[in-house]
Amino acid sequence: MTISSTHLFIVVLAPLLAAIVAGLFGRQIGRAGAHTVTIAGVGVSCALSFVVLYQLVWGGAPVFNENVYTWFQIGSYAAHIGFLVDPLTAMMMVVVTFVSLLVHLYTIGYMHEDDGYQRFFSYISLFTFSMLMLVMSNNFLQLFFGWEAVGLVSYLLIGFWFKRPTAIFANMKAFIVNRVGDFGFLLGIAGVLMWFGGSLDYATVFAYAQDPANDIGAKSVELIAGYPWQVATIVAVCLFIGAMGKSAQVPLHIWLPDSMEGPTPISALIHAATMVTAGIFMVARMSPLFELSDAALSFVLVIGATGALFTGLIGIVQNDIKRVVAYSTLSQLGYMTVALGASAYAAGVFHLMTHAFFKALLFLGAGSVIIAMHHEQDMRRMGGLRKYMPVTWITMWLGSLALAGAPGFAGFFSKDAIIEAVGESQRSGSGYAYVCVLVGVFVTALYSFRLLYMTFHGKERFVVDAHHDHDHGHDDGHAGHAPGHLAHAPKESPWVVTVPLVLLAIPSVLIGFLTVGPMLFGDFFAGAIVVREANDVLARLGENFHGAGAMILHGVKTAPFWIALAGFAVATWIWLFNPGIADRLARTFRPLHALLMNKYYADDVAQKVFADAGVRLGRGLWKSGDVGVIDGAVVNGSAGLVARLSSAVRALQSGYLYHYAFAMILGLILLLGGLWWSVTRMAA
Amino acid sequence: MITLAHFLTLGAVLFCIAVAGIFVNRKNVIVLLMCIELMLLAVNTNFVGFSRFLGDVDGQIFVFFILTVAAAEAAIGLAILVVLFRNRATIDVTHIDRLKG
Amino acid sequence: MTFELVCFYAFAAVSAAAALAVISVKNPVVAALCLVLTFFSMACVWLLAEAEFLAVALVLVYVGAVMVLFLFVVMMLDVDLVPLREGFIRFLPVGIAVAVIMLVEMLMLIGVRSLRLEPIADPATSAGLSNIEWLGRTLFSEYLLPFEIAALILTVGLIAAVPLTLRHRVGVKKQSPGRQVLVRREDRIRLVKMAAEKPEGGSP
Repeated sequence: MTISSTHLFIVVLAPLLAAIVAGLFGRQIGRAGAHTVTIAGVGVSCALSFVVLYQLVWGGAPVFNENVYTWFQIGSYAAHIGFLVDPLTAMMMVVVTFVSLLVHLYTIGYMHEDDGYQRFFSYISLFTFSMLMLVMSNNFLQLFFGWEAVGLVSYLLIGFWFKRPTAIFANMKAFIVNRVGDFGFLLGIAGVLMWFGGSLDYATVFAYAQDPANDIGAKSVELIAGYPWQVATIVAVCLFIGAMGKSAQVPLHIWLPDSMEGPTPISALIHAATMVTAGIFMVARMSPLFELSDAALSFVLVIGATGALFTGLIGIVQNDIKRVVAYSTLSQLGYMTVALGASAYAAGVFHLMTHAFFKALLFLGAGSVIIAMHHEQDMRRMGGLRKYMPVTWITMWLGSLALAGAPGFAGFFSKDAIIEAVGESQRSGSGYAYVCVLVGVFVTALYSFRLLYMTFHGKERFVVDAHHDHDHGHDDGHAGHAPGHLAHAPKESPWVVTVPLVLLAIPSVLIGFLTVGPMLFGDFFAGAIVVREANDVLARLGENFHGAGAMILHGVKTAPFWIALAGFAVATWIWLFNPGIADRLARTFRPLHALLMNKYYADDVAQKVFADAGVRLGRGLWKSGDVGVIDGAVVNGSAGLVARLSSAVRALQSGYLYHYAFAMILGLILLLGGLWWSVTRMAA
Repeated sequence: MITLAHFLTLGAVLFCIAVAGIFVNRKNVIVLLMCIELMLLAVNTNFVGFSRFLGDVDGQIFVFFILTVAAAEAAIGLAILVVLFRNRATIDVTHIDRLKG
Repeated sequence: MTFELVCFYAFAAVSAAAALAVISVKNPVVAALCLVLTFFSMACVWLLAEAEFLAVALVLVYVGAVMVLFLFVVMMLDVDLVPLREGFIRFLPVGIAVAVIMLVEMLMLIGVRSLRLEPIADPATSAGLSNIEWLGRTLFSEYLLPFEIAALILTVGLIAAVPLTLRHRVGVKKQSPGRQVLVRREDRIRLVKMAAEKPEGGSP
């Protein structure tokens, strides 16, 4: 059987149409109409994505790579819209649509009392369309379109409550930091067009890169005279800069914690499962290019490792439940990047998939807690919630176990594969990366279980007000309630919230066990991901792979497991049994604590050095350029010049007859002089 | 012999005197008008001279017409002067500057 | 140095001097009279150029009509003489300079070409015509249209001068024929029917 292009069209266009309907006709179709049409659109997409995956993996269908529409043609370059559907794409399609569908369902409950209900559904459907265009693209231009589109929708959604100044600040920050990354990305795409065969189609570019006749690996260019750089390195690094922006790698990670200003469903969908993984997906997709440059891969490795460890450290001291999960996301994105840097692309993508499930679960669970606590997000005012919200409690535990890498859960397989791949790799920087990811395991366990204990266990640190009148139109504030005081006792969230939690918990537990073999050590990604013999760490690991069960047994004997266990133990001892120790430790290590609380001052540096400088530059240019030169000199200046000239000329019109006569006489004299001069010349 | 140059020189002298008169007379519109008549006279002299020395009657006919028009113009000019004096009680040219820019 | 040349120089000197006087004397009446002198001497010069008709026309038209008009206006206007001379000295240098420059230029132009042009035989006498006949022949044949237009100009000038200086005097009785014609019978006459008066008895 073959994959039908009609199916692919429907997969992409159904969410778009739903988004348009919900967006433009939201008021006409009402809240129920909006969520119905968007869930129907994304549901259809999801179902067809599963069908495509089945066709590819079990049905033996060939990879689909066709252009469906030619947009324009200039000289030898033609821009198409086309789809490339291979196992990598199919996996991404399934992940994106599945998580999106669950988030749509969840939103019915979460945004129940919000005024912008239909707008929200329209945006998340639009996001689904953009992400699908990104992953299903078969050329760089369409990839870039999807890239920018997801950035745009992310901006719209982070600033969804646009009347809040912090939300507006956050969405501008996200967009602008992304822009910095996109600048590098565009340079990379330009480099591809210039040096890799004059085309932007994946097929052409990858064929060119892998053709030994072109020997593109040896080609170098001198951007600065006297310093030749390999072309492949330049292109790979530039493309990765784009991934740094989109996937929040250090130093372009500063936007992601601020993006928690948006509603929780989008934190789950965009900033955990899908958009931030676009960079990872892109690097995996470009594996033929990255494999040409060891330098670029080392760069990727070091950046990823730094992010994995240091952002995780910040997560230990955060008190906002969503921020903890956000820093956890940053850390896990670092892990994925480390895998890519070690040439273990399949491991990175595998972790992307498992992470999508359990991180979305953690975010949605956090959202459920937030609803129950009437939008209280500070964990210091929670505690003991397991009595009130059992389903949320259990699913959060499952998600956290998966995140920490408890053997058998999804995260275990993906994280262990990454750690072992890094250990196996000989690339420069891999030693540093290995240390970072190992320590990161401890840190991950620490903040994950800290979150669980502070939220669900221990003493209740909130008070339920006994007498209370029921007129809280809440949504974004508990006006009228002192912090720590709740109107009602917390209760479990409605089914539209808990069913997605359950549906995400299932793959968090099972998916790793079921797919690790074919994905990492089989030929699931054959053809999609290209690794050079010398770099293929996963192949070397695969020699020792004897199935998922054996991997579990092997895993409990390795360092990561014991480190994670140590983290679990420390977290339990401190936050479950002796909460006071945490405060005492914070006081003792105050400078370190302050450093972490201020996020290594990275945000402040970015704000003061880049943002403020940009603002000052803009203002200066406005004052001197716009107002001074253009308004002042050119516009007003020319008018003023005309005015001055004309007032000078006006003085000639004195109204006095003798002045006019005199002017005529002067003219006459000049004329006579000219006549005499020409006559004498002729006579001579 | 009287040559053409004599007539032309005489015409030039009268013309230049009239020009100086216009420029110098700031206070008297009547003298201004008289200077204009002087200029016309100078031009007429030129025409007469050319007519005599080239043997062409057109020069004298032109003088005829200049005479006619000058007379009409003098009449109108004086009428304007009278009205101006009636309204402004002055013939000072420096006070006639309403048409200035 | 023929007699003609001497006469020419004499008349030229007189007219130049009179012209200078026109622009420099204080009294405008004197200036007008000096202008008359200028015209007279120029008429004599034109006679020397054998343009007799024009010389006489100059005297008749210009001196007789235009200068008389000037004199009328000058005397009618009752001008204050004192402030007339202010500024004369101030502008004199520039005026002299401009006039001299112009004169020099003109003379150079004249001198370049036509200094040696001798008078040819007078075409009028050689054709056996008098000057006036010579003029008239051309005027009324070739230049008839301009002649008529000149007449028109004069008429227009005449008519224009009247309304320019017209003013309505208050309190003067005059007729308005336009309004007289517009009168209707009903505005003036009203017929009333009355019974004839007859006294009792006989008539007076």
